[in-house]
Amino acid sequence: MNMISRAFDLISRRIDGPLMAALALTLALGLTVVYSASGASFDRALSQGRNLAMAVAALWLFAQIHPQLLMRLALPVYAGGLALLVAVALFGEVRNGARRWLNVGFGTLQPSEVMKIAVPLVLAWYFHRREEGLRLRDFMVASVLLAIPVGLIARQPDLGTALLIFASGFFVIFLAGLSWRVLASLTAAAAVSLPFLWSVMHDYQRQRILTLLDPMEDPLGAGYHIIQSTIAIGSGGILGKGWLNGTQAQLDFVPERSTDFILAVFGEEFGLVGNVVLCALYVLIIARGMMIAANASTVFARLTAGAITLTFFTYAFVNMGMVSGILPVVGVPLPMISYGGTALLSILAGFGILMSISTHKQLVSS
Amino acid sequence: MMVGQALRDRERELDVFRNRLMLAGLAIITAFGVLLARFTWLQVVQREYYHTLAEQNRISVVPVVPNRGLILDRNGEVLAANYSAYTLEITPSRVPNVDKAIDELATLIDVAPRDRRRFKKLQEESKNFESLPIRTRLTEEEVAKFAVNRFRFPGFEIKARLFRSYPQGAVASHAIGYIGRINDADVKRIDTAGLTTNYKGTDHIGKLGIEGAYEKELHGVTGSEQVEIDAGGRAIRSLARSEPLSGNNLVVTLDLKLQKIAEDAFQDFKGALVAIDPKTGEVLALVSKPGFDPNLFVDGIDPQNWDALNNSPDKPLNNRALRGQYPPGSTIKPFMALAALEYKKRSPEFTISDPGYFTLAGVAHRYRDWKHEGHGLVNMHKSIVISCDTYYYGLANELGIDAIHNFLTRMGFGSRTGIDIDGELSGLAPSQDWKWQRFGQKWYAGDTVSVGIGQGYMLATPLQLAAAVATIANNGVPVHPHLLKAVQDAKTQEIREAAEPASNEAPVARPENIAFVRDAMIDVTKPGGTAAQAGQGAPYAIAAKTGTAQVVGMKQNEKYDEKRLKQEHWDHALFIAFAPADDPRLAMAILVENGKHGGTTAGPIAREVFDYYLLGKRPNTQKPLEPGDDDEHD
Repeated sequence: MNMISRAFDLISRRIDGPLMAALALTLALGLTVVYSASGASFDRALSQGRNLAMAVAALWLFAQIHPQLLMRLALPVYAGGLALLVAVALFGEVRNGARRWLNVGFGTLQPSEVMKIAVPLVLAWYFHRREEGLRLRDFMVASVLLAIPVGLIARQPDLGTALLIFASGFFVIFLAGLSWRVLASLTAAAAVSLPFLWSVMHDYQRQRILTLLDPMEDPLGAGYHIIQSTIAIGSGGILGKGWLNGTQAQLDFVPERSTDFILAVFGEEFGLVGNVVLCALYVLIIARGMMIAANASTVFARLTAGAITLTFFTYAFVNMGMVSGILPVVGVPLPMISYGGTALLSILAGFGILMSISTHKQLVSS
Repeated sequence: MMVGQALRDRERELDVFRNRLMLAGLAIITAFGVLLARFTWLQVVQREYYHTLAEQNRISVVPVVPNRGLILDRNGEVLAANYSAYTLEITPSRVPNVDKAIDELATLIDVAPRDRRRFKKLQEESKNFESLPIRTRLTEEEVAKFAVNRFRFPGFEIKARLFRSYPQGAVASHAIGYIGRINDADVKRIDTAGLTTNYKGTDHIGKLGIEGAYEKELHGVTGSEQVEIDAGGRAIRSLARSEPLSGNNLVVTLDLKLQKIAEDAFQDFKGALVAIDPKTGEVLALVSKPGFDPNLFVDGIDPQNWDALNNSPDKPLNNRALRGQYPPGSTIKPFMALAALEYKKRSPEFTISDPGYFTLAGVAHRYRDWKHEGHGLVNMHKSIVISCDTYYYGLANELGIDAIHNFLTRMGFGSRTGIDIDGELSGLAPSQDWKWQRFGQKWYAGDTVSVGIGQGYMLATPLQLAAAVATIANNGVPVHPHLLKAVQDAKTQEIREAAEPASNEAPVARPENIAFVRDAMIDVTKPGGTAAQAGQGAPYAIAAKTGTAQVVGMKQNEKYDEKRLKQEHWDHALFIAFAPADDPRLAMAILVENGKHGGTTAGPIAREVFDYYLLGKRPNTQKPLEPGDDDEHD
């Protein structure tokens, strides 16, 4: 074997081919849209390219880490993340009325990002240890492990991230086999507590929900985002207005068009066809993730892979639902399309873990 | 066994996991189904609707305001023009704390207290979302300074706008008028006239004078431009444009040079002058002193200047030429004489012996002549030349008030002349009916006697006097004063002369009677006449009549002593004249407030104006006008 093919083998050894192909296509699409959404700014596209390079490096790195090692790291990372969240609550920096950032001397850190990965890992680790037979008590412990970080993040306040982390933890618990009876009673309890939840929500959070119900109530204020993004998507039609030609996007009618609302730009310029293609890519990625989960050899691996995949789905669905006007406005970027480094990093790190699980399973089972 | 149990557990656990995963998969497929249904709804079913909304978002039709027509004098001198300048405007609704923002702006570019006051006033008068100027006429440097710091001032915008300027300042301000910001009353008028569309984007409208009266000619037709705008409302590029049609240029009858000479001739006196070409009715000069600087009104006047103008005892905003109603005094006498001749109540030869007063039969009251000892024998000619009061007391009494009313009405007194700018008042030619309606009192013979010398209830505006004297100059054919000479069409550049009033009107008096009065008026400016000073050394004949209007009434037996009265109670001086008397080219009426005697203050003003107009002679060294102390009263 020559040097090149050995090097290639070394690099691609832990990479899941089908998943990587789907990811690459989506990422390429994302870069194209970011270029358009930033008003054909080459600088912005280049900057996103750098983010992308870092995120792909993280993916590769996580793909090399053995699931066993990851499992051992789960609790320490979780504990560390929790400590940071407490530190944020005590000494965090306030920006835009929310205390989410921690100044660590050379820069700021958003510990809730760490928890996006740490929470499913620690829950999977916990259920893995208890695999001999799960009892209701185990689920209660898991719930506490989940509730603490979610509560801390919700208090910052960062309801969007709290909900997503809750979702990722809930997926682990759900996949671990929490009984339907408990699930049903929890759902009932949630329904009952809705009015209470409403009463403790912040005004802007309530407003977002009201806005979803009737965006025209305040067309230039709270409803503006949704109205402009639905106009953008709707006016795109079947084939779209063409790349760089969306009037809604290019003339700045769509707010936050390169980040949270990038789907409006995409839908306007690429139309229904583009949306179908994007959904298909997402479905491919999710399907491959679920295959990896289904074939994983340990409880930890299964639950982790399943939770990462379902969380990815949640990101995509919440963002697309929000931009197309069927879900309230929550600050969630469109995975792998939106401009921004942090979210991209945590998502591709997650897929790195998926690949690690997919490529290490033979070793575990043997 | 244990191992088997563990294996079964593991298999069961795997089954549960895979079941759950399957369920999740179903949920995911459903969720994407919902999303795709939503996209289909938006992008296929509702596409037209959203497409329309997007186009409406993107395309905005903005009005393109036409250039306002210029106002030129009869020789092409510019009286009102436009210039383009940068203004800095604030939309108050988009600025959370306007005062703070202006303070901050003041650290960057000059904002004078005057600018702030004016802005405050505009803000009170306008709606919150209107863009209002805080600074006008920014220099290039100021524009650059602001542009760099623009991000700090949301709701502030630099605009290039056309401004109205009046290069002559206060000269002819009452005739030209001014434009000002459109107010609620203007909006209503525009709306009633169905012109709302044409006034989109227009902030200013003619308020007074020519600017107000010929608003329709001057404004032009508003164009429109389809522009692509961004979410901030900024125009990105033009898609289509229909050009506006500029307003028409107006040529007015005024002669700027003559106007200036007339205004200067008043020196520091208040008053009015109307000079008319008696053959055409063209107003060559229209003076109301003091004037005001119409430029102050263009950007919205600041409260301080407004108060100064509005509360000044000199009333600079009052157009005395059209709105000043004064007792015409002895200037009414030529018209009274004409009435007596027309109605054959007196012949020119009829002579009285003037004892210095007049009494009505059976009444003790003495109507005194201004000359205590009387004028001796006075016929009609002499009565005009020396302005004998006693002659006219008797003449009026013989004519009776209704005949006087009839004739004066024919001469244009008591009703508006119909000059083509707004605000004119009608004066008063009293009658029995009028007094009954106005006061519920019957008319007394004594009332008529006072009217005979232009006092009592009689009131006239300088414009009416000018039109009346011009009518005599025009051989009795009524003269209709007007200010518009021609309109230059903005589209074709064609010049349309203003329609001359039909001159087939019947003369108000027989030619021989007119000639008689004119001859007497000529002698007024000859040695021995009351205006001999005004006619001294003139190479052309001036027909004139002097007059005095009392400001304060006097009790019986009280002698008018100007030394005891404050200046604002001094009599007003009046003067009506035309020249050259044999072929009149200019007729005018002059009022000098507190000028005391027509011959000494108003006369010299008339002479300067005539000399310039007829001889091209400019006054070299101006002697100060002194309300004369000479004996001659009228």
